[in-house]
Amino acid sequence: MTPFSYHKPASVSEAVNLADPSSRFIAGGTNLVDLMKEHVVRPEHLIDITHLGLNRIERTSSGGVLIGALVSNAELAADSTIEQHYPLLSEAILAGASPQLRNMASTGGNLLQLTRCYYFYDTGTPCNKRDPGSGCPARTGLNRIHAILGASDACVATHPSDMCVALAALEAVVHVEGRSGKRQIAFAEFHRLPQDAPQRDNQLAVDELVVAIELPPPAFADHYRYLKIRDRASYAFALVSVAAAVRLDNNVIQLARLALGGVAHKPWRDLAVERMLIGQPPSQALFTRAAQTMLQGATPLSHNGFKVTLAQRAIVRALGDAVLDAAARGARP
Amino acid sequence: MSEIFPEGGQQHPIDLTINAQARSLQVHPWTTLLDLLREQLDLIGTKKGCDHGQCGACTVLRDGKRINACLTLAIMCDGADLVTIEGLASGDQLHPMQRAFITHDAFQCGYCTPGQICSAVGLAREGHAATPDVIREQMSGNLCRCGAYSNIVAAVQEALPLMRAAPQAQGDQQP
Repeated sequence: MTPFSYHKPASVSEAVNLADPSSRFIAGGTNLVDLMKEHVVRPEHLIDITHLGLNRIERTSSGGVLIGALVSNAELAADSTIEQHYPLLSEAILAGASPQLRNMASTGGNLLQLTRCYYFYDTGTPCNKRDPGSGCPARTGLNRIHAILGASDACVATHPSDMCVALAALEAVVHVEGRSGKRQIAFAEFHRLPQDAPQRDNQLAVDELVVAIELPPPAFADHYRYLKIRDRASYAFALVSVAAAVRLDNNVIQLARLALGGVAHKPWRDLAVERMLIGQPPSQALFTRAAQTMLQGATPLSHNGFKVTLAQRAIVRALGDAVLDAAARGARP
Repeated sequence: MSEIFPEGGQQHPIDLTINAQARSLQVHPWTTLLDLLREQLDLIGTKKGCDHGQCGACTVLRDGKRINACLTLAIMCDGADLVTIEGLASGDQLHPMQRAFITHDAFQCGYCTPGQICSAVGLAREGHAATPDVIREQMSGNLCRCGAYSNIVAAVQEALPLMRAAPQAQGDQQP
């Protein structure tokens, strides 16, 4: 690692006052320490936020839940309120990483983890995300794991999180605090598409810290599915993942949410597809139509064309699982 | 290690407990917990495999929870209670998980074994069912290149109920 100075502020306001372009906040460190070992990220100052509280899961007055940014991924997945009312989130978290990493990784940090694009990690190659303007070797190189939706000439990287795919489907809200105060960012707006500035993964300003994630009142505790397709049965990033959630009344879909992971620079939603499902009885034909519509704008690269078919089939299967009772398909919890 | 460790730079004091022993240490901010254990404290039971959080060979217990020491900065362990493979036995009395690994011949070269055992001890506190499917999923953060997996699953399956029946061994206490 490139040497850096270490700071341990006593409050959120002290932490955000310390932040500048040469600094990074650190919590779980599971991604940042690795990036620092590889010299991909070289902060001059590290601001340790692990002692700032922000580690509670609380009910909100509107019937939702406020999750402190420092709640670990393991604690969040196993929390009884989350398991009972937001089981899609538990299922997604438990599909990601390993037990050791989930014990370390924080809720806020999960949002801020960076792509696992090989070229981004390899400082011997160009990369527009790591070194803006240097080029994107992934576009014509090894791009099996890369994006099929929403990519740009500058960048074809994907966001690696499972948790964020569920948070997108649940329409979470990100609470952030900076030097000029607090603000809330809708989950759909938090992460960016690469466009011509792939070095910017999200909307946070340099001095802004994620302090909490808010979940709206629960609506999908009965019919949900996080389906993850990967190269091995456990402990691998998604090639394609689907967070599907529906609300059924008399076998008619009243509400539907669908988010894809592993296919874009951010969790991918298409509100038109979700609207297609509303008012319809669940059927294989309906789900197939939805899946085809969701992928119709896909622009696969030389090695990831398989992801289009894989995503379509995964959407049909995830929706089919979701409309079953969770108990009927043997879901945990 | 190909890494160049700068000798200069400010060291910071940390106080922590390692294998039930209180320690006051000076560390550079960039020293990982894994390097602290192995290079400064000579606790070389904890292994460096990938050094990137992918293999689990460096698994230790922090406040009772299993973590990857390679992705943990030592400076961020100020005040922590750490248990490594060296801290699991009580004198000559092996930890039940260690005994089960021997009984089931749950290793070949042994390099991943300290991490596997610490991970399994952490697993025991997480309250999962002790079925082979659950154990395989919950031990997926520990790779074994020799492929001793079937015997590792058998060892963990045998030791989990023993640990729950008598959770007095080091590393099993609630934090």
